[in-house]
Amino acid sequence: MAKITFSIGGVHPCDSKISRDCAIEVLPLPKTVYISMAQHLGAPAKPVVAVGDKVKAGQVIAEPGGFISAFVHSSVSGTVKSIAPRKDLAGNYMTHVEIEVEGDEWAEGIDLGDNLVTQIPEDRAFILDRIKSAGVVGLGGATFPTHVKLNPAPGSVAECLIINGAECEPYLTSDFRIMLERTKEIIVGAALMQKVLGGCRCVIGIEENKPEAISAMRKALSELGYANIEVLPLMKKYPQGGEKQLIDAVMHRQVKSGALPISEGAVVQNVATALAVYEAVQKNKPLVTNTLTVTGNCLPVEKQHNYLFRIGMPLSYIAEQAGGVPQEAAKIVSGGPMMGKAIANLDACTVKGSSSILYLSDESTRRKAESACIRCGKCAEACPMGLEPFLLRRLALAGKLDELEQNAVQDCIECGCCLYSCPAYIPLLDIIRQAKVQVMGVIRARAAAAKAAAEAAKAAAAEKK
Amino acid sequence: MDKLLVSPNPHIHTAVSTRSLMRDVVIALLPATVVSIVFYGLSMLLVTAVSVVSCVLLEYLITRFLLKKPSTICDWSASVTGLLLALNLPSTTPWWVVFIGAVVAIGVAKMTFGGLGQNVFNPAIAGRVFLLISFPTYMTDWKAPQGLFGADAVTGATPLGLIKEGLLQGQTVTGIMAENGFSYGQMLFANVGGTAGEISAIALLAGFVYLLVRRVIRPHITLSIWATVAVVSLIFWLCAPERFTDPLFNLLTGGMILGSCFMATDYVTSPMSVKGGVIFGVGIGFITMMIRYFGSYPEGMSFAILIMNAVVPLLNMWFHQKKYGRD
Amino acid sequence: MSSIVIWTIAVIALLGLVLALVLYIVADRFKVEEDPRIDEVEKVMPGANCGGCGFAGCRAFADAAVKAPNLDNNYCPVGGNDVMKKVAAILGYEVKEKAPMVAVVRCNGSCEARPRINEYDGYASCRVKAALYAGDTACAFGCLGCGDCVAACAFGAISMDPATGLPVVDESKCTACGACAKACPKSIIEIRPKGPRGMRLYVSCLNRDKGPAAKKACASACIGCGICAKTCTHGAITVENNVAYIDPAKCKLCRECEAVCPTGAIHSVNFPKPVDKDAVKARIAERNRKAKEAAEAAKAAEAAAKLVEPEKKEENNG
Repeated sequence: MAKITFSIGGVHPCDSKISRDCAIEVLPLPKTVYISMAQHLGAPAKPVVAVGDKVKAGQVIAEPGGFISAFVHSSVSGTVKSIAPRKDLAGNYMTHVEIEVEGDEWAEGIDLGDNLVTQIPEDRAFILDRIKSAGVVGLGGATFPTHVKLNPAPGSVAECLIINGAECEPYLTSDFRIMLERTKEIIVGAALMQKVLGGCRCVIGIEENKPEAISAMRKALSELGYANIEVLPLMKKYPQGGEKQLIDAVMHRQVKSGALPISEGAVVQNVATALAVYEAVQKNKPLVTNTLTVTGNCLPVEKQHNYLFRIGMPLSYIAEQAGGVPQEAAKIVSGGPMMGKAIANLDACTVKGSSSILYLSDESTRRKAESACIRCGKCAEACPMGLEPFLLRRLALAGKLDELEQNAVQDCIECGCCLYSCPAYIPLLDIIRQAKVQVMGVIRARAAAAKAAAEAAKAAAAEKK
Repeated sequence: MDKLLVSPNPHIHTAVSTRSLMRDVVIALLPATVVSIVFYGLSMLLVTAVSVVSCVLLEYLITRFLLKKPSTICDWSASVTGLLLALNLPSTTPWWVVFIGAVVAIGVAKMTFGGLGQNVFNPAIAGRVFLLISFPTYMTDWKAPQGLFGADAVTGATPLGLIKEGLLQGQTVTGIMAENGFSYGQMLFANVGGTAGEISAIALLAGFVYLLVRRVIRPHITLSIWATVAVVSLIFWLCAPERFTDPLFNLLTGGMILGSCFMATDYVTSPMSVKGGVIFGVGIGFITMMIRYFGSYPEGMSFAILIMNAVVPLLNMWFHQKKYGRD
Repeated sequence: MSSIVIWTIAVIALLGLVLALVLYIVADRFKVEEDPRIDEVEKVMPGANCGGCGFAGCRAFADAAVKAPNLDNNYCPVGGNDVMKKVAAILGYEVKEKAPMVAVVRCNGSCEARPRINEYDGYASCRVKAALYAGDTACAFGCLGCGDCVAACAFGAISMDPATGLPVVDESKCTACGACAKACPKSIIEIRPKGPRGMRLYVSCLNRDKGPAAKKACASACIGCGICAKTCTHGAITVENNVAYIDPAKCKLCRECEAVCPTGAIHSVNFPKPVDKDAVKARIAERNRKAKEAAEAAKAAEAAAKLVEPEKKEENNG
């Protein structure tokens, strides 16, 4: 049994990986796809196509809207029908490009073949450029543009590239499936990122509840023979796949509050991102497909699937392909049950980071009536950041922002361990997240004021001269 | 699927609830309760029944008619208090004294502070200490056990009481021990005079292990109490064995096991952090030993827990757990 | 016996004397110099410490008012003109009278008008709900119904109406401090002038969706049709982002907009009678007819003038 895990907190929710044996299936194309302009962290992308344009699959349809932003490509070939606001899965409006599907023609220069390309290009800039122009973003949840993360600010050195194959969320099996079915591609992707980061150590962390993935990875590694890449089995504990927790588990280092992982020499990338990097660099294929699990505790096993989907497919279409929404489903979640988002609008479309359609039954997901805090401290025991949720909640309800900041509410990673483990069903995270938003606002305002003051002082000094 | 539910994450919850935790504590207390009823007979059954029923009833009446809130008896916490209070009383306690204890425990120590989660002092201990001070004759009337199945009767007084008395009369500890024929085996397995809960260390420890296995409590508070008691009594005992009792004796007698396993580990009235809990335990152990060795009461566990309960808010303020990425 | 009594009294009296002396000396030595007018101003303040004036509490307001050169930027919305007059008298300043204000809820999407399309199951707070998603109705702009405004009100002036699921402002208790408006994540509550004898008109909707979408989401939504703006003869109504707004400064309370609104999104308060829609519509039709006639007449006149003009020109040339 693997003993390696992060050192603070964590919970052990039931595994529930029901769809683990479902091989990845390719979804047929729908009539229409709607591609969101906000599929990544940072500024929304700016559309570069017009209504009526003919596009091919893999063609750029939107450019980055800022430094932290990403290219968006068409996932199908067809005609642009509209560029208009459409409701996302939370019911909020976002610009979507609507494309009517006509055939399946791919843009030129994209290698659609199955052959494995193991030769790593020598030119770092070439790899980075391919990753950037393919619109690759982190597929572990945060969808942070990968090229930004792989290009740390001058002065910081990457010591360890961690490939995140933990998949610590219950139910989700898409990462597990690609680790089994696209093993070598993932390893080449990891080697590519390793190359970009200057040949640092690379560790593929996989939780021990996926022994098949661990052995498949090890076998493929010995066959491919890349230097300095290893597989590290991890203990099963949520949130192992959290960036900071994974760094703690693998490197025994903790990222300082407010700092980036690179400050401790760490870069964390998901296995799905590694696959996307492989396809982007070796096959020149932009990120327009990803793997998604259709699962849940009120869905019979035979209706569970792991799908390769095109970005922009409506969730309702995928649900239909999988046999329809089960009657017993009380809540549909996009992502895992711990950190995923409840879907308010099933007509919303898949984005780059979509990882699941999860049906939960009423009894398993409906919140029970809140009762008094019994000060058991289970929330603090569970918090992987070592915070004290019971205290933060009290301070938040009293509106004490300065004390909240002292007690590190801004470090909260919103993993949900506190609420999960509270025996009194107190909505700790709901309240703490709100307080965190407020405190972050205060911190940002203070930083901006300090910056303005420094600049003013500088200007005054310059004037004196 | 009528209307989809929407809520912030997480979307699943552990099976552990306040109710399941409290029910686990009740289950953990059952062996000790059963053993005490077996050894003390029907009078103990009466004490237990009166204590539990009046605690639950009082909580129900106070929440429904005084506070006008939904009743909280379903969370089992009143039952826990009732059982603990019963285990803290001699089997001979008259029913009305038990009832007064329940009134103090639930009515004064728990509900006046706002109910479960708000109380500063452990309700059962507050009830016991109130009775100890108000009705000392009933509370130290250690009648020899009259077992249900004709179990052997032993000396009526508690070992700690006998020793305190003997010391006052100028006897030595070893002399008293020899005279009364105490054996550690007896203390461990049952058959010592005292409150109902003191009769069998093994039954209490079984409950404690159950709580640990079910992850209801963590062991740090209990262990730090035991360690402190052992260290303090070892030092004194080594210095003057004729005047001070030995560590094992102190760990097995009085309310030590009951208090350290079930009362000091009460969620509401113990510190949240591990560091705070260890200091809390050290405080309880130290104060207990000081009262036992130098106080006028033979037994100090209840007082020690009560005193340290008052310090908990400070410990919560001073000691926090280690945060990720912060020194 | 009596000596004990005497001694007791003497000792206690002495103790009292000594302690009084100590208190006096300490109070005198460590006195903080403060403008005595701050105390005076604070005394006339309402004392609710609601923060509606923008200061932390009534004392902070008094302190700021005393230090400020005039009262232009300091106004206690709770005490209103009466209190400000008193403050001005103490400080010897002039005070500009302000129209009394009141909180207005600009959403009328009741449970019937705006059916729920999903069920919110998180912490009952509008802020938490708004941060999570658009809401449990198809309208992304309307009231979320968790009552953050109710919790924010220090005067107990807002309550949730269980029938509609919307907050209701009790005018007699509302002090227009603005706490509710700040608390509302959808900015639904506006602090508006109370109006003469409390009569006022406002658009009770903020839905920025285009007409059909808005109507689909809520039967009583403002669909941005602009009929009210066309009808208004005072230029008080503007339609921006598919939603109308009535400027209280320009509104003359004629209620024509209310009568023509197809969805009933324009609300009137405290008028003695409900608006007679048919009469108002007839009046508007009559006015429009007259205007049209006048316009036609003007056009005809203009055409006639044009016919005349060339002749004049010729005359000039000649």
